[in-house]
Amino acid sequence: MTDLSVARPCRLEINGKSYVADLPPCVTLLDLLRERLDLTGTKKGCDHGQCGACTVLVDGKRVKSCLIFAVSIPDAKVITIEGLGSEGHLHPMQQAFIDRDAFQCGYCTPGQIMSAIALLEEGHTQSREEIREFMSGNLCRCGAYNGIIDAIEQVIAQQQKNRTGEAA
Amino acid sequence: MRQFSYSRPTALSDAWDDFEHARYLAGGTNLVDLMKSDVERPNHVIDLNSLPLNKVEELPDGRLRLGALVTNADTAAHPLVTERYPLLASAILAGASPQIRNRATNGGNLNQRTRCHYFYDPDMACNKRSPGTGCSAKGGRNRIMAILGTSEACIATFPSDMCVALAALNATVTLAGSQGERSVAFRDYHRLPGDQPWQDNILLPGEIVTSIDLPALSFGPHYTYLKIRDRLSFAFAIVSVAVGLQMESDVIQKAHIALGGVGTKPWCVPEAEALLEGKTPSLSLFRDTAECLLRGAVTDRDNAAKLRLAPRVIMRALSQAADGTPQSQTYKSIS
Ligand SMILES: Cc1cc2nc3c(=O)[nH]c(=O)nc-3n(C[C@H](O)[C@H](O)[C@H](O)COP(=O)(O)OP(=O)(O)OC[C@H]3O[C@@H](n4cnc5c(N)ncnc54)[C@H](O)[C@@H]3O)c2cc1C
Ligand code: SF4
Ligand code: FES
Ligand code: FES
Repeated sequence: MTDLSVARPCRLEINGKSYVADLPPCVTLLDLLRERLDLTGTKKGCDHGQCGACTVLVDGKRVKSCLIFAVSIPDAKVITIEGLGSEGHLHPMQQAFIDRDAFQCGYCTPGQIMSAIALLEEGHTQSREEIREFMSGNLCRCGAYNGIIDAIEQVIAQQQKNRTGEAA
Repeated sequence: MRQFSYSRPTALSDAWDDFEHARYLAGGTNLVDLMKSDVERPNHVIDLNSLPLNKVEELPDGRLRLGALVTNADTAAHPLVTERYPLLASAILAGASPQIRNRATNGGNLNQRTRCHYFYDPDMACNKRSPGTGCSAKGGRNRIMAILGTSEACIATFPSDMCVALAALNATVTLAGSQGERSVAFRDYHRLPGDQPWQDNILLPGEIVTSIDLPALSFGPHYTYLKIRDRLSFAFAIVSVAVGLQMESDVIQKAHIALGGVGTKPWCVPEAEALLEGKTPSLSLFRDTAECLLRGAVTDRDNAAKLRLAPRVIMRALSQAADGTPQSQTYKSIS
């Protein structure tokens, strides 16, 4: 049996930067981000997959980082809320959350935004009901749900406008 | 979380070689959760994700093979699944959340553990988690527990949605282990708790689910997955029903039915399916079918409501399937 204390190599690309270290296998992606890399934008709500506060993109797909051992996704590309925009240059989804009052305390917001960005990629945005269903993995204790859907619809409308603009 | 060692084999035979006191890791959405709760305490975690079990393939005889490591999300979105097995796609989309379905795998879904609250709490007596300690759910808070297939030792439900559709579809599970390969009917894969509730299924130590095979079957629009739960989305089933009917003009040729949320395993009753064959749909026929499906149900302190709810959900699901109006998993009004 292998020695339990042995750390394992972990290689990731996080927000475009390469990360290489030896890690105990029990470290979750969420704890790696928050505790070791100071990327505290990704939140820990429940730590059991139930709230969505820890949502990040792994190889372009939205996942709950609290349920993933960091060593188990070798060479994955991880994007967190810190990887989206910068001060003065917000991602359109971040701006839409501000415009539409889509949060109160803000604790669920990074997870909501990461999830919303993936949702648009997936294309489950035909109606408010569909958006609501496909955002159901992100809970908001403040009940900002209507604002969140408004924000998502704002970005969809902008994208459509940009597309017709290009076509013209 | 307790410390453990980790390995990631690239060949099947290397996986089970290392198995003593180990657990296999697939998407981790159940295992990591249970390790955090100190319910699962492996010394060693064997990550299956480098094994070549990640394809959806058509078999020469017309069946569809779903690799154990294909994610639930990719399975539900696969063109051959949406086209031929919309019942399965629907059941998958009724479960968990997009983020979880992106990680959860088909093999992991079959092998997920119960959501009984007492099972999750190592301070409570639970025969499934700690054999011989008793069952806290019996006579306890058991609103979500099973009414079919229970035993003195355990009344927990098996929580999967996907597996309810797989049972209805009469899928086959293929397994590989040190003793070779074998395949079993999906309906025989999960076990009743009996006096060994810790044994959820027939998997031998070290054995790996390699694929789930779907028979060549078509229901046209005559299917539905109807799931009733405490909130409209992202909650486990209180009662769910998967139905597929093979119909010719107005006559049911063959019926495929399985229940979720009420049984200790995905619940099928062949006599109930046979009742429908050769008949034209009617509410009284559906009432008889529901009664047959729920025969032998036993309720405990808090879960009698399931026995009142289940016949209604079954009858509604049968009507939806007969009418060719499958339940949408997005628009939640029930037709
Ligand atoms: C918040 C939350 C809500 C959920 N809601 C629902 C819901 O509404 N409906 C629903 O159906 N499910 C729901 N789930 C459960 C989810 O579907 C399962 O956690 C998931 O399917 C497990 O798959 P996995 O690949 O992540 O398994 P893992 O967590 O990796 O493994 C689970 C178990 O299966 C074993 N295993 C995995 N793969 C294999 C294999 N190939 N061979 C042998 N053993 C294997 C592992 O050793 C482990 O014991 C929910 C989960 C969470 C966290
Ligand atoms: S119902 Fe089963 S899982 Fe729940 S406490 Fe009883 S023995 Fe444990
Ligand atoms: S912290 Fe991961 S889902 Fe709640
Ligand atoms: S804004 Fe407070 S939890 Fe969502």
